[in-house]
Amino acid sequence: MSTTTKPTVTPPASVLTQRRLPRWAPAATALGAVVAGIGIGAGAGLTSEIQWGLIAALLFVGALHVLSTRVEGSRKAKDRLATSLVWVCFILAVIPLVSLLEYTIRKGAKVLDGYFLTHSMNGVATIEPGGGVYHSLLGTLEQVALATLISAPIGLLTAIYLVEYGRGPLAKAVTFFVDVMTGIPSIVAGLFVLSFWIIWLDFSFSGFAGSMALSILMMPVVVRSTEEMLKLVPNELREASLALGVPKWRTILKVVLPTAVGGIVTGLMLAVARITGETAPVLLLVYGAATINTNPFDGAQDSLPLYIFQQWKNGNEPSYDRAWAAALVLIALVMALNLLARGVARWKAPKPGH
Amino acid sequence: MAKRIDVSGLTAYYGKTKAIEDISMTVEPRSVTAFIGPSGCGKSTFLRTLNRMHEVIPHATVSGTVLLDDENLYGPDVDPVAVRRTIGMVFQRPNPFPTMSIYDNVAAGLKLNGIRRRGELDALVEKSLRSANLWNEVKDRLNKPGAGLSGGQQQRLCIARAIAVEPEVLLMDEPCSALDPISTLAIEDLISELKERFTIVIVTHNMQQAARVSDRTAFFNLAAVGQPGRLIEIDATERIFSNPTVQATEDYISGRFG
Repeated sequence: MSTTTKPTVTPPASVLTQRRLPRWAPAATALGAVVAGIGIGAGAGLTSEIQWGLIAALLFVGALHVLSTRVEGSRKAKDRLATSLVWVCFILAVIPLVSLLEYTIRKGAKVLDGYFLTHSMNGVATIEPGGGVYHSLLGTLEQVALATLISAPIGLLTAIYLVEYGRGPLAKAVTFFVDVMTGIPSIVAGLFVLSFWIIWLDFSFSGFAGSMALSILMMPVVVRSTEEMLKLVPNELREASLALGVPKWRTILKVVLPTAVGGIVTGLMLAVARITGETAPVLLLVYGAATINTNPFDGAQDSLPLYIFQQWKNGNEPSYDRAWAAALVLIALVMALNLLARGVARWKAPKPGH
Repeated sequence: MAKRIDVSGLTAYYGKTKAIEDISMTVEPRSVTAFIGPSGCGKSTFLRTLNRMHEVIPHATVSGTVLLDDENLYGPDVDPVAVRRTIGMVFQRPNPFPTMSIYDNVAAGLKLNGIRRRGELDALVEKSLRSANLWNEVKDRLNKPGAGLSGGQQQRLCIARAIAVEPEVLLMDEPCSALDPISTLAIEDLISELKERFTIVIVTHNMQQAARVSDRTAFFNLAAVGQPGRLIEIDATERIFSNPTVQATEDYISGRFG
């Protein structure tokens, strides 16, 4: 009878439900793909782990797609394909970052200690171990601080002009030149200051000369990011303030800037982080020194990128160790600045309040 | 306080586009005047010309005169900032300053007028919030952000902010269109109280609201899309809603078009 033959067949599914892969399916496929990738790679005698990984990634994307097509139908399968591609790309992007960090920490931790951070290279022969990064760290901090002092006010005011006041040809010209400045290679900024400040005006090499080149690089970044943040402030807030009879300059100062301050500070910090690792202009203008020079306005200084470059050039084991340790210090510094920026942004952001 | 507004021959442009043309009317002091009319007929534009907020928009210009008790707002030496202190405005969407507390939102305009002593500020903030029927709801959380209030409360906060500086005239651009009926009722009650002290002009799409709150009603219309908006007629509200002189007004109010 028909009733006894039917039970094995699932009743006709409702239009709203369909078969789905279990939740653990992607994870299981990924695991399978990794195992298969290692198997194939080792079996075929491929020596590079990168090749193994790529094989595993391709297997994962392909297998999940096929599996999903079989079970869930083509629409879901496309979704799975896109999702798995995003995941694979994410992992591909993160691997170099993590391995770079891991490698630098492993190499750099060897000589990085309190002594390294508090001593200069004064009187240390390049082939012997010892010495430290204090003079470079000091130089970098001073040069970056000076560059920020120069470019932050100019950049901020330029952005305010462009967003709040700029109309017509002048604003267009400013925008155009800011765009052009964004594209200036750092070596060109360095050469400009070199020919203008040191060769033509006949000043000596100094941290300040480096700061000027760095501020040329920093300024367009500050203008751009601040401009975007100011544009995000709703026009209604400006109108609300103007309608209260608040003058425009005060509206900008009391309403527009406080609303955008989180984003502006973040942009500023990212610009600082960007110029902290700049090597070319520093190489041309700060010149490098093995001793501590606390005065950025007079005489050669040192900086972290320059220190790394010089130590690497020395080409011996103790110098390599110092270069790695300095690289670690540089990365930590930039990372600390980024974290600080996030903290400030969160602290200053308009709160929803409850 | 509470002054009369006399508008004559007012035309407003956005760039080369004429938005409203040749509007003349009188807004009586200590009363509520409602502007009604289809979307795009220039009600909001006209409202914004009354406190020189129109020219805040790039390339927007105005011709004609607006007299505030015999003083032309568009006179040669008139400071738009001073005009806006005298003629306050409430917008369609509640827009409290997100970085400021409830207290600072209300005090924003006062601090500007040089009132900085804490005691005086406290008193004026409380008075404004009481006038806006908001004091009892927020008195325990004056230092919390204004953005944490509900939409209706935010709008009353904006009204408190606008009346804190004691303007002569209060302009309201569809103040209830983003609010639920209960908040709308609260604002309408508030308008009825405020008209004892201020001259109020309100733009509304809600005909019942115009009938409920206003003493006089002005009907705006435009001949066709792309044409400038015009004032069709202005009269006592009962007359506009019961026996208007112009056929178009009757058609609009009875819902036959627009």
